[in-house]
Amino acid sequence: MGITARNVSKRYGDFVALDDVSVEAPTGSLTALLGPSGSGKSTLLRAIAGLERPDSGQIFISDEEKTNMPPQKREVGFVFQHYAAFKHMTVFDNVAFGLKIRKHPRGAIDKKVHELLELVQLDGFSHRYPTQLSGGQRQRMALARALAVEPEVLLLDEPFGALDARVRQELRAWLRRLHDDIHVTTILVTHDQEEAMEVADRIVLMNHGKIEQVGGPQDLYEHPANEFVMSFIGPVNRLGNTYVRPHDIEIKLSPNGTTSEATVDHLVYLGFEVRVELTLKDGQSLWAQVTREDARHLELERGKHIHVKIDRTKVFGEIVESPV
Amino acid sequence: MTASRITLRTLALGYLALLLVLPVSMVFVRTFSNGLGAVWEAVTRPEALHALWLTLLVAVIAVTANTVFGIVCALVLVRHEFRGKALLNAVLDLPLAVSPVVVGLALLIIYGRTSLVGGWLAEAGIRIVFSTPGIILATIFVSLPFVVREVVPVLREIGTEQEQAASTLGASAFQTFRLVTLPAIRSGVAYGIVLTTARAIGEFGAVSLVSGKLAGRTETLTIYVEDRFQSFDLVGCYTAAVVLAVIAVATLLLTNLTSPKEEY
Repeated sequence: MGITARNVSKRYGDFVALDDVSVEAPTGSLTALLGPSGSGKSTLLRAIAGLERPDSGQIFISDEEKTNMPPQKREVGFVFQHYAAFKHMTVFDNVAFGLKIRKHPRGAIDKKVHELLELVQLDGFSHRYPTQLSGGQRQRMALARALAVEPEVLLLDEPFGALDARVRQELRAWLRRLHDDIHVTTILVTHDQEEAMEVADRIVLMNHGKIEQVGGPQDLYEHPANEFVMSFIGPVNRLGNTYVRPHDIEIKLSPNGTTSEATVDHLVYLGFEVRVELTLKDGQSLWAQVTREDARHLELERGKHIHVKIDRTKVFGEIVESPV
Repeated sequence: MTASRITLRTLALGYLALLLVLPVSMVFVRTFSNGLGAVWEAVTRPEALHALWLTLLVAVIAVTANTVFGIVCALVLVRHEFRGKALLNAVLDLPLAVSPVVVGLALLIIYGRTSLVGGWLAEAGIRIVFSTPGIILATIFVSLPFVVREVVPVLREIGTEQEQAASTLGASAFQTFRLVTLPAIRSGVAYGIVLTTARAIGEFGAVSLVSGKLAGRTETLTIYVEDRFQSFDLVGCYTAAVVLAVIAVATLLLTNLTSPKEEY
């Protein structure tokens, strides 16, 4: 059920966008395809929607094979990063588009569109044109337009990527609530790990056209399968082959046998969190994350000699070439 | 206002007045200086009416053909990748680069009675040269690039996302074109049509070669103006010129009125 992509590959000339990718999004789930740019996440989403034709592999939506179907017949709702609003139509006509194509009766269209506009908090805007809306409003309109045809799945391609930070934050929380209400199987493409962790219940982390790891947000954070996952999900320090999260570095004023000597290089105050940049005795630099409270207790200042205890380090089998 | 701004304005307006407004208004003044009766008599002469009718017929056919071709061609140029695209792009500008007289000459060579194609068509009873089809062909040729050239940049600017969105919402290729693409390129198409119309009704060189200038039969308005001028019938000449100008202004106004104000 839900969405299944099986052994999907896609090349653009010499560039391998998708390399034998298999992935599943269970019915009713909200799955994030996460990865750096060029990782193939958008290509995979577009292949599911039928906007891109894979070189090989199969796409199933609700157990029905759709690999060779045109987008019109796939029953998907697609939301684009730059809204793809029909600029010459009012908000009402944008949302009604799919229903008019399906020749629904006028009364039913009116009712459905107004329900949806209420759902996306745009009632009262139905006679405006897209250019008279803010970016966040346009994207909510695009979402209502995609939902109008009651798609089996909802595909969101970096939907908040073009919005400013505050609006993005609001819309994430709003999307999470919306999904709790309507439960349509959703795939969200994003390059922002925080967004993926906040919104999705499952994360598919991609890199270089392959899947690195699939799991819940906590899974990926606490049990990363490799260096790439560890570096991409959350901040990380690297000491040779060893990886450690900055909040797993404990700062002490006296040595106790398990600590190493270090010097404070710089302090960055970020409200509740204080970022302590350090140099170990052997010359390696790293940074630790401490609370404002702890920083005050320890009387941290530039040049101060301290001792650090490094916990929960991870060593992975092979060395990755370029951790992000 | 600074002196330099006044100078600039005077230059721009003076240039327009001297080269455009003055001569055109002189034509109007001369036309009506003999009284409305003379003008009416000149307009309703059978040869004048025929020239008007022929001009409108040729313009409607040429504009329709070039609008359809122009939109299709722009879609091909912007949305498709193929070998010879650069060549097509260059060939499209040929009608602008080549003198209309050369176009007329080329049509004479191909469709003239002594030519292979022309002879073959004459046997089938179809006359191209010195007849309406020849005038239409010449007009289509000289007014060909305008719609393409106006639509291509608009099409590039709107991108393909709106069309992709329409397809995921269930619209067929034709529905997408009619409901999404066409309204989005409307302003470009409208301006292209104005330019094509202006060129079509104003064409002289190519038409004068292929039409044979047969009064009351193959004279378009521009040819008729020349004919009257050479016959020292100044009232007839000026009147026809005024009719030409009125058609051009009417086209402009009609396009401005029918295309709604840009709301975006």
